Amino acid sequence: MRILSVLRQVLDAEESVRVKEGSIDLSSSKLVVDTMDEYGIEEALRLRDVSPDTEVVVLAIGPARCEEALRTALAIGADRAVLVETTEPLDAIAVSNVVAQVARKEEADLIFCGGQQADWDSQALGAATAERLNWPQATWTTALTLEGRNLTGTHDVDEGSESFSVALPAVITTQQGLNDPRYPTLPNIMKAKKKELRREPLESFNVSAKLKLIHSEVQVKERLHNILDGKDVTMAAEQLVDLLRNEAKAL
Amino acid sequence: MILIVVEHSNGKLGKSTYEMTQAARDLGGEGPLTLLVLGSNVAPVAAQAALLADQVLVADLPALDHYDPELWAHAVAQIATEGEAHTILIGGSRSGREYSPRVAVKLDAPLIEDAISLRRKDDTLEAEHYTFLARVTERVQARVQAQAPRVVVTVKPGAFSTAKPGTEPAEQYDVELTLPQRRVTVTAKNTVKNTRISLEDADLIVAGGRGVGSAESFTQLIEGLADQIGAAVGATRAVVDTGWRPYAEQVGQTGKTVQPRVYFAVGISGAVQHLSGMNKSKFIVAINKDPEAPIFKISDYGIVGDVKAIVPAIIDKLRR
Repeated sequence: MRILSVLRQVLDAEESVRVKEGSIDLSSSKLVVDTMDEYGIEEALRLRDVSPDTEVVVLAIGPARCEEALRTALAIGADRAVLVETTEPLDAIAVSNVVAQVARKEEADLIFCGGQQADWDSQALGAATAERLNWPQATWTTALTLEGRNLTGTHDVDEGSESFSVALPAVITTQQGLNDPRYPTLPNIMKAKKKELRREPLESFNVSAKLKLIHSEVQVKERLHNILDGKDVTMAAEQLVDLLRNEAKAL
Repeated sequence: MILIVVEHSNGKLGKSTYEMTQAARDLGGEGPLTLLVLGSNVAPVAAQAALLADQVLVADLPALDHYDPELWAHAVAQIATEGEAHTILIGGSRSGREYSPRVAVKLDAPLIEDAISLRRKDDTLEAEHYTFLARVTERVQARVQAQAPRVVVTVKPGAFSTAKPGTEPAEQYDVELTLPQRRVTVTAKNTVKNTRISLEDADLIVAGGRGVGSAESFTQLIEGLADQIGAAVGATRAVVDTGWRPYAEQVGQTGKTVQPRVYFAVGISGAVQHLSGMNKSKFIVAINKDPEAPIFKISDYGIVGDVKAIVPAIIDKLRR
């Protein structure tokens, strides 16, 4: 079996967003593997732990710097990597076209990707990829078990959660709570440098952006920061209720 | 035409349907404003929808008894094609954001996710939406353009005002659909029926984190304060994962996005995943023992101290 795990390189959650002339500027920011994608890589490795004839391929679509994110995934344990290189700003629907083409070429049986892409605030990549391949999908999974070609698990839905069952091939999106991702160890970081990382130019995929990004701006909401000391419990409680009633007029 | 896919549950239109209708009325454009109702035994829903639209299309089929992304995408794409819809509005719920990408791919259309504004400029649809949402104190607002015969848009809950229903019901039409087989089998549902006001509709929310201490304290403190002020109850991912509370109460990146007038964050330290679901609240009130907790950075009011002492004191003060 072959699992394709899609990862994206995004701004570290602790970093501030910089905007230059209406565009996001990541040139001097700390970039990491998108957190939600890490759960997909981990889940792929766990499935390989159970069925050793499984190959885990990680895929990134983006600028040359994404190699760093792919090397991290290789150091965590992925078998090989594919980087489709482009500096073009693509939206999720366009990227899904590349993912689907790579999945076909690699004859993947299962695709993992994050439930949400942190930088776009998009939830579209997994579902759009599934549609292009005419595969079923299960999004926001919190538990997965594979028996033969049948995948069962639980996932979040509008009101609560559901248990589901689906036959492969399928696209699965991942999130916090699915597993605890492992960290790369030093020997594995060394080994990762020798693992295969194949580069392909975007041009060979015949894909273009569907959405045009016109302008981005950072918004900061100013807060009042009126924080009371709770040592005197009764006084703090009374003061807070007064503030909410009389200053904020919110109660 | 503008095609709106109606969101409904328990025989009632969801708030998002009224918001999408308002977004469509503001946007205008060629053709009738059309609401599409998908489901089984949805006559009451269609009747409510008829007061909002120029026409209502109804697919009342046993096969649509419960949601499935492939079935929904198939139905919407088919109706959008047959009706020559230029704009397809879908709710920004978990399900809406799950099947809308499939609709966009089927129609070879651009997808705008979680729009907070929409306007038409000649043959181009322009929208604003937030990106980099999982930030503690900031967010990025991006303006995007789509130029295509059809554009699929999901609408962010709470971003548009709710449309007022009219008095004359619009015409309803039954639609024929050729639906695919379900490929994902739902083997169990873990849905919790809640008698309290829903998180999305609430003006006041009291939410608890792991700092509340236990399921029993959660009931006593969080529900206690919520009952006192008529608020909805919310929880963090950590709390729902430990089983203290149902998943339906989860607020945050992987839960619900809320924007009440007042959000009480009790024993919540403020992980970015949680903050991204509630940082649009008008007033944020934090109660936490750790003065360094990130939640205080985005709070308007707060108390540093023991939630088990402070919350009962607040309830007591409110009672008097």
